[in-house]
Amino acid sequence: MSRYTAVTDADLGEMLATIGVGSVDELFADVPAGLRVEGTLALDDGLSEQEVYGELAALAQRNLSTDEQITFLGAGMYDSYVPALVDSITARAEFLTPYTPYQPEVSQGGLQAMFEYQTAICELTGLPVANASVYEGPSAVAAAGYLAKLHNGRSRFLVSAGVHPHAVQSLATLAHGWGMTVEVVDLRDGVTSVEALRQAGLDEDVSAVIVGQPNFLGAVERLAPIVDVAHRSGALVVCAADPVSLGLLQAPGAQGVDVVVGEGQTLGNHLNFGGPSFGFFAVTEELIRRLPGRLVGQTRDAEGKRGYVLTLQTREQHIRREKATSNICTAQALNALAGVIYLSWLGRQGLVELAELLAQRTAYARERLVAIPGVTPVHQQPVVREFAIRIDGDMDAVLARCRAAGINPGYRYAEDCLLVAITEKRTRAQIDLLADTIAEALA
Amino acid sequence: MSDQLTAPRSRWFIEAADDELTIFERSREGRRAFTAPRLDVPERPLDELIPAELRRPEVARLPEVSEPEIVRHYTRLSKRNFDLDTGFYPLGSCTMKHNPKLHERIAGLPGNADLHPLQAVEDAQGALELMWRLQHSLGEIAGLPHVSLQPSAGSHGELTGVLITRAYHEANGDRRTKVLTPDTAHGTNPATVTMAGYELVKIGTDAHGNVDIDDLRRHVDTDVACLMLTNPSTLGLFERHIEEIAKVVHDVGATLYYDGANLNAIMGICRPGDMGFDIVHFNLHKSFTQPHGGGGPGAGPIAVAEHMEPFLPRPQVVRREDGSFDLDHDRPRSIGRMRGFQGNYGVFVRSYAYIRSLGAAGLREASEVAVLNANYLLARLRREGVLEYLPAAYDRICMHEFVLSGAVMKRELGIRTLDLAKRLLDHGVHPPTVYFPLIVDEALMVEPTETETRETLDHFAAVVAEILREAATDPEIARTAPHTAPVRRLDEAGAARHPVVRQPL
Ligand SMILES: Cc1ncc(COP(=O)(O)O)c(C=O)c1O
Repeated sequence: MSRYTAVTDADLGEMLATIGVGSVDELFADVPAGLRVEGTLALDDGLSEQEVYGELAALAQRNLSTDEQITFLGAGMYDSYVPALVDSITARAEFLTPYTPYQPEVSQGGLQAMFEYQTAICELTGLPVANASVYEGPSAVAAAGYLAKLHNGRSRFLVSAGVHPHAVQSLATLAHGWGMTVEVVDLRDGVTSVEALRQAGLDEDVSAVIVGQPNFLGAVERLAPIVDVAHRSGALVVCAADPVSLGLLQAPGAQGVDVVVGEGQTLGNHLNFGGPSFGFFAVTEELIRRLPGRLVGQTRDAEGKRGYVLTLQTREQHIRREKATSNICTAQALNALAGVIYLSWLGRQGLVELAELLAQRTAYARERLVAIPGVTPVHQQPVVREFAIRIDGDMDAVLARCRAAGINPGYRYAEDCLLVAITEKRTRAQIDLLADTIAEALA
Repeated sequence: MSDQLTAPRSRWFIEAADDELTIFERSREGRRAFTAPRLDVPERPLDELIPAELRRPEVARLPEVSEPEIVRHYTRLSKRNFDLDTGFYPLGSCTMKHNPKLHERIAGLPGNADLHPLQAVEDAQGALELMWRLQHSLGEIAGLPHVSLQPSAGSHGELTGVLITRAYHEANGDRRTKVLTPDTAHGTNPATVTMAGYELVKIGTDAHGNVDIDDLRRHVDTDVACLMLTNPSTLGLFERHIEEIAKVVHDVGATLYYDGANLNAIMGICRPGDMGFDIVHFNLHKSFTQPHGGGGPGAGPIAVAEHMEPFLPRPQVVRREDGSFDLDHDRPRSIGRMRGFQGNYGVFVRSYAYIRSLGAAGLREASEVAVLNANYLLARLRREGVLEYLPAAYDRICMHEFVLSGAVMKRELGIRTLDLAKRLLDHGVHPPTVYFPLIVDEALMVEPTETETRETLDHFAAVVAEILREAATDPEIARTAPHTAPVRRLDEAGAARHPVVRQPL
C-alpha cells in the first residue's frame, strides 16, 4: 500500500469477493498476455515524502532564482513582484483542486472569479469579450491565427517582426497544417511600418496582420494606422499586448484591433521557468462565436438568483467536435485567477502607478545605458518596461563582468544586442550597478 | 415539497442567502490595496516618455478595494466551490486523484517558482535535469523512448502529435488527408484533427464496446494519416484487439496515436508503445497529480517512437556528453514550437515528485487499485440494485472507470441522468461525468480513482441507491435538485441566448 492508497489486506479480500474475482490480475484479463509488462518498469524505487523533498529541493538549489541574482531578463516574462495574498488565495484547495466547472451549482466561486477576470481583461484590452484563459502568450497568438483562418478563410499571415519570436514560431507550426503562410515584416526604427506592410503585399489574401504592443524590442507601436490599412484589405488585426503596459497605453480595442491576446504571467504569476502562467484572449462582439475556449456568462437560477455558467458552448470541442473553434479543453484557470486577484490588488490607480513607475525607471535605465561609450540604442521609440541596446564591443566580456557582479543584464536576442527589462523590483541602485558594470566591461 | 424531503443539507457551503457581489460591485472610489514602491529615479514628465496620443485617455476601470476586502471576497467565493480535498469527485475521464501537498511545497521553492525561463542553462541545471528525468520516466511508462514536455494540456499534446504525424508523412513525400477517430472519442480528438488540417473520419463501436474492426478496415487506406485512440477507451474498457488494430493501421502506413487521458488504468501494467502506438500524450493533471485548478493549468507531454523523434518540438531537453543538461534548438526537421519557452515547468515538478514518491511498484499499484476500486464500485452499485435502473453500457470487467446508461431510469423513474447528477450535489458528492461518451444514451461515467477508500465507495453506492428510491416516490425532488447548493439549477439556455460575459461598469 502506498501512502496515497488505502486498500488493506482485509479490504482487498472483501472487495475481490464483492466483484467476484479471485485476484486483481483477473481484472486485467482483457490485456493480451503478450502485452503485459514483465516485472516492473525501469524506474527507481519510490521514496518517503521527506526523501522526495530532499532530492527535489537539492535540484531546485541548482537553479539560480531571481532571489539570487539581479535580473534584467524579460522578453515575455518578467521578474514582477507577486503579492502574498495571491499565493495565499490560489493555494486554497477550493480553487486549487476542482476540475473545470462542469457542475455550475457547486462551482459558483470559480465561475464568478472567471467572470470578474473576463471583465478585467475587457477593461485592459478595450474589447467587449474575453475568454476564461488560454495556455500562455505565444500559443495565444497561434490560436488567434486559427480564429482569423476560420473567420475569413484567407491564406496569409503578415506578422510584424516585433511580435515575440516564440509566438511567430508557434503560429508557423500550426499554419503549416492549414496550408497558410507566415510572412514576417521587418521593423523600421524599431516599429511596424505601414509602408513595410504595404510592400509585403497587404492584400485580400491576408487573413490577419499581427503586431506586438509594446513589441518585442520594447517599442510602443502606433496601432491606429496599422488597423486602418489592414481593415481596408479586409484583414483582421491581432495584437499581442503586455497587460501591465496597457495600464498606460491606448487600449488596442479602442484603436480598432479585432483580437487582443497576450502573456499574463506578469499579472500575479511566478516565473516558474516559463510556465504555468496564462494567456488572455479578447475579441470584438462580431467575433464572439469564433472565440476559443471557455467563456463564463451570467445567468439566473430557478429562484431568480444571479449565477454564472460556462456559456456559448456550441463553439467548443465537446459539443461541436470537428467543427469547434478550437480544440482547447483544460486551460489555465488557476493562473487567470491569480491574474484577477492581482489586478484587484493593483486597482484602478495602482495599475497606472505601476505602469508609470516602470516607464520612469525604464527611461532612466535606458538613458544611463546608452550614455556608455560602446552602447547604442537599437531604436528611439517610446518604451514602457523594456528596451533594446546594441553593444559595440566585447559582448562576452560584458556578460562575464555582469555575472561576476551578480547581475543578469538582459536577454541576448542577437549576437550584439541585449533586451533589458525593468520591473518594479529593479531599483535605481541596481540599475546604476548594471550601468557601471557594463561601462567597466567596455572601458 | 417540505424541507425534510430535500435534506440532507450540504455541509460544504457557506449559507449564501443573497448572491455574492462581484469585486467590481465592491469597488469604492479611493480605496486601494497597492502601495507603489518609491520612485527613486528623477521624475520626467510623462509626455516626454510616451506621447499623449499613445496613452490611454481614461484609466482602466479596475476595482478599487482594500486588501482585507480582496481576501474576504475571494475566500467567500472559494466557499462556493466544491473541491477534491472536501469530497468524492468521481468525474469520469478526469482522474480526480489526491493532489499531494508535498508537491505544492516543492513547486514553490524559489529555485522553481522564481526561475526565469531565459536563465542561462548553466544556471538552470536543476530544472533541466528534472525535466530530463521526467522525460525519461514518461518514456519508460509509455514504452516510447523520446519525449517532449512542451505541450500545455492534453489537447495541445494531441495537436502536437498529429502535426508530428503530418511532418512524418511529408518527410516520406506522402500527402495524406484523413485522420480516424472512434465515435467514442473525446471532443478534443475530432477538434484536433480539423485544427491540424485533416479531414475527420468516424469509426464505429462494436457490440462489446470495442472499435468495430470491420468498420475500421472499410475506412483505412493510404489517404489515412493516423488513427487516434485511447486504451482503455472512453467506455472504460480495454481494447482487446489493439494489436490487430495497430496492424491494420500500420499496414497502410498510418500512425497510431494514444490519447493518454486514460493512462491511469495501465501504468506499469502494459504500455502504449508495446501495443503499437507511435505517439502518446500524457495528461499530467490527470494521471500525475497536477491539481486541476478549476480548469488548468495542466501539461500534455508527448512520447514518440524512434521514427518520429526528428519531428518533436523545438527545443528539446538533452544531456550532453559531459553530463550537463541543455536545451537543443538545433532540430532542423522539428515541427517547430508549440508555445513559448519550455512548457509548464511547475507542473513537471509536481508530476516528477509523484513519480519519485511512487516508483515503479507504486505506479503499478496505483493503476491496480484504480481498476480494483472501479470494479468494486460497479459491483456495489449492482448489489444495491442500482444497475437495474442504470445498467452498465457494456457488461464487462471495467478498467479504471465505467459507463452506465440512465435510459431505464429515465423511462421507469422519470428522472434523467442530469437530475441524478444534480441530486448527488445535495449529498456532498461531485457527480460523475454526464452525457459522455456520446454513443451511450443518458451516459454516466464514473471514475473513482485509487486514492479513495472503500468506505467512500460504499457511501457513493448507497447514496445513488437512495436517490433512486426517493425518485420512485417523488421524482420531483431530483428534477428540481440541487436544493442545498449555493444556487439552484441555472438557466444555461438563457445565458447563451443573451450572453452577459462581463460586468457592465
Ligand atoms: C479522453 C480525453 N481526451 C482528451 C482530453 C483533453 O485533455 P485536456 O483537457 O488536458 O486538453 C480529455 C479531457 O477531459 C479526455 O477526457
